[in-house]
Amino acid sequence: MSEVIVITSGKGGVGKTTTTANLGVGLAMQGKKVVLIDTDTGLRNLDLLLGLERRIVYTLVDVVQKRVGYGQALVRHKKYENLFLLPTSQVADKTAIEPEQMLELIQVMRSEFDYILVDCPAGIEQGFQTAVIGADRAIIVTMPEVSAVRDADKIIGRLQAENKDSQLVVNRIRPQMVKDGTMLDMTSIDDILRIPCIGQVPDDEKVVDSANRGIPVVEWEDSEAGQAYRNIVRRICGEEVPFQTFETDGWFTRLRKKLFKH
Amino acid sequence: MLDALKKLFGGSSPSGRSSDVAARRLKFVLLNDRANISPEIMDRIKNDIIHVIARYMDIDTQAMEIRLENDANSVALVANIPVSSMKGHGVKLKKR
Repeated sequence: MSEVIVITSGKGGVGKTTTTANLGVGLAMQGKKVVLIDTDTGLRNLDLLLGLERRIVYTLVDVVQKRVGYGQALVRHKKYENLFLLPTSQVADKTAIEPEQMLELIQVMRSEFDYILVDCPAGIEQGFQTAVIGADRAIIVTMPEVSAVRDADKIIGRLQAENKDSQLVVNRIRPQMVKDGTMLDMTSIDDILRIPCIGQVPDDEKVVDSANRGIPVVEWEDSEAGQAYRNIVRRICGEEVPFQTFETDGWFTRLRKKLFKH
Repeated sequence: MLDALKKLFGGSSPSGRSSDVAARRLKFVLLNDRANISPEIMDRIKNDIIHVIARYMDIDTQAMEIRLENDANSVALVANIPVSSMKGHGVKLKKR
């Protein structure tokens, strides 16, 4: 049985591609056969986060325009042999792929993979339609910021109109700010967006470090964000996993931060 | 160090909790965003209303208007439907 999940957000820069890369690697670590499809044509980055940027020959655009079969365009991950990337073109634009072409391709690919994750571009134009059309369900990535939550709401409305099941990932939570009351907490976000939450990911410097190296943080045992992604993966696979409580600063750190703002 | 002292004794940025402000502002803005119905949907609502009311009275469909009105905390569907005559017997309805 295969499942197609689109990772979307509306707003840019909230961590769609990071989430896609981490969930993809996480599912592969669980032994699932996974393909990640980058639909952010013209602004591709999934290849970079997975460390596969130098191995791209053909792209999604070549596949839907029938120049090559999808098998020729797939890039196999170096470490996880059951993980594949279907990269998109960096030169074409979003109009290069019609939603119907994407739907047709996904129907064909379903027979080969356990999970197909589609990384959606920012915005609500044709690129969004293309990314969403073949999905069984959606994961909406947002951040505890007013602009990201508002855009998530718009996307949720669009997905509901298309009868797609949606779940929320709240990314880049800063526990100390939540505790201080200067960042939206999960209760408020749940109350405002009213869709089930499948993940709460803390802001973690290791995410930047891992992107630098092209190794998703889900592989890193000592990363809080990595742990959060591993939990999401288990929830996707149907496990009930309680949400983590994140560490906040002790009194000494708080005092130091107050005295020496850096 | 000067910055640190400034912060201790109150800098230019407001201090205190802002998450409640964020939640309140979001609720308001989303109420309006969600009420932003497309003209096609509005037309369908209008036709449905005409359909229902026409069972009880004759209405001037040309002059009728419906719209969404926003104020500080709520969104209301406001309809102004001129009635030209009542239908049937025994149905007592007030003209507006």
